[in-house]
Amino acid sequence: MNYAMELVYLVSSVLFILGLKGLSHPESARRGMHMAELGMLFAVVGTLVGGKIVTWEWIITGIAIGSAIGAAMSIFMPMTAMPQRIALSHAFGALAAVLVGVNEYIEKGHLGELSNGLMSAIGFEVLFGALTVTGSLMAFGKLNEMIKGAPITYKGQNAVNITMFLVAVCMFVYLIFFPYNYMMFYAMIAVSFLIGVFIVLPIGGADMPVVISLMNSYAGLAAAATGFAIDNKVLIIAGSLDGSSGFILSIIMSKAMNRSFGNVLFGAVGAPQVETAGLAEARPITKFGIEDTKFVLEQAERVVIVPGYGMAVAQAQHAVRELSDELEKRKIKVEFAIHPVAGRMPGHMNVLLAEANVSYDQLLEMEMINPTMDSVDVCIVIGANDVVNPAARTEKSSPIYGMPIIDVDKAKTVIVMKRSMATGFAGIENPLFYEPNTKMLFGDAKTVMQELVAEFKKR
Amino acid sequence: MQIELIYILILAGFVGFEIIKKVTPTLHTPLMSATNAISGISLVGSLVAAGSDHFTGQVLGFIAVTAATINVVGGFMITERMLKMFKKKEKKS
Repeated sequence: MNYAMELVYLVSSVLFILGLKGLSHPESARRGMHMAELGMLFAVVGTLVGGKIVTWEWIITGIAIGSAIGAAMSIFMPMTAMPQRIALSHAFGALAAVLVGVNEYIEKGHLGELSNGLMSAIGFEVLFGALTVTGSLMAFGKLNEMIKGAPITYKGQNAVNITMFLVAVCMFVYLIFFPYNYMMFYAMIAVSFLIGVFIVLPIGGADMPVVISLMNSYAGLAAAATGFAIDNKVLIIAGSLDGSSGFILSIIMSKAMNRSFGNVLFGAVGAPQVETAGLAEARPITKFGIEDTKFVLEQAERVVIVPGYGMAVAQAQHAVRELSDELEKRKIKVEFAIHPVAGRMPGHMNVLLAEANVSYDQLLEMEMINPTMDSVDVCIVIGANDVVNPAARTEKSSPIYGMPIIDVDKAKTVIVMKRSMATGFAGIENPLFYEPNTKMLFGDAKTVMQELVAEFKKR
Repeated sequence: MQIELIYILILAGFVGFEIIKKVTPTLHTPLMSATNAISGISLVGSLVAAGSDHFTGQVLGFIAVTAATINVVGGFMITERMLKMFKKKEKKS
């Protein structure tokens, strides 16, 4: 590799870093993305010009097909399907890494140049790559509801997964010392593909944010390992940026769900369905109608809306934004409090609300809104349950004890919009519903919201 | 394997950690699609394989180029599409 190309790759790397830095604020984000795009352009053009390319037809066809598919996927994919889309592209990225690894193995194998170091790099690359391909496809299938979203469990599951993992590691270690065993190499890839399928099987739909983030991280690590295999620094830098991003997001997601990494991966989630139905009958709740709600809202000075995934499922975000507009017309301050796991992937809820034209300065994080909750007049909870359950704060015996929640119960009035008294994902009774300041407004989120907006528009 | 590559990996990891920590949670979805597009940098390796003179390299490289390009083009386009939606309300008075 010559100096000119190294220099081009260096510029690309710097542009990638500056590009991600832009995402620290919505205002600088688009400029940042333009920088990252420019960086990618430099890297690609630099490679095409200086990378000893002898045949062009495969490259041109591949870029043409890839661009067409990529563009189509971005233009037609609805924002609610974003998690699926991201999961799918993790699979594509990892597939590219695996294939480059296999090619490198074949080529260097022919030349008899498979050193231990090179073999380690290729091994990492195909191991991470292959399990990311199938793992992401599984996540895609579950999110797209092509595969049953609920956890699929069987006896001895963890033992099977751990055994497969150990087998893959042993094969890898063997290959480092005896790299010319071709059968072993392909067998290792096959095992790794299987691992991807098996580790995602027991993970339920609600835990997908962690899986997607983790796959993001693995795809990055696979790219970084590719960089080691073909001695390319921009791949290492871009890959480790991606890897650390996915890692941080998985930590944030796990914390927000009150779970450890290990618990998500090996916990066979969603199994304990706590039955507390008796309690629900015993205590009274206060029901509210549309007019009551309007009356309370009109008296308020500050309203906080807490959206959950239920809102997105009901496609109620536009109606919610209309309500927010109506309230603002009446000089009422409206904010949205977003829990980190409110959607199906990190930040998903923000995108859905932004799509419905909610101004981004109205979107507040949990940590920002909680200390000011006392001064909130009305808090509207739409399609959220576990993330507003005060048992997480008070009840040591509760499975969600310690989970960070939005303290809606501290607001003067809480209006909970819900289909029924059913429990959330975690299957836990929510004491919030029985608080004296909580009013229940039953119905489909979208219908109820539209009725409420219509009520406001009457005058 | 050169030790300098490990240096780069670890230092870039630190840079990544510090930068990503500062990304606003509001933009975590665009962040993920952006890093996805950036990890399409495997395209660089794929191009070299697809442009080589071995048939296997060309075929593997071709598939890899296609997959990586889907990520690069699709990833950046969808990130742009999302970021366009994040607007501040202009006061219509």
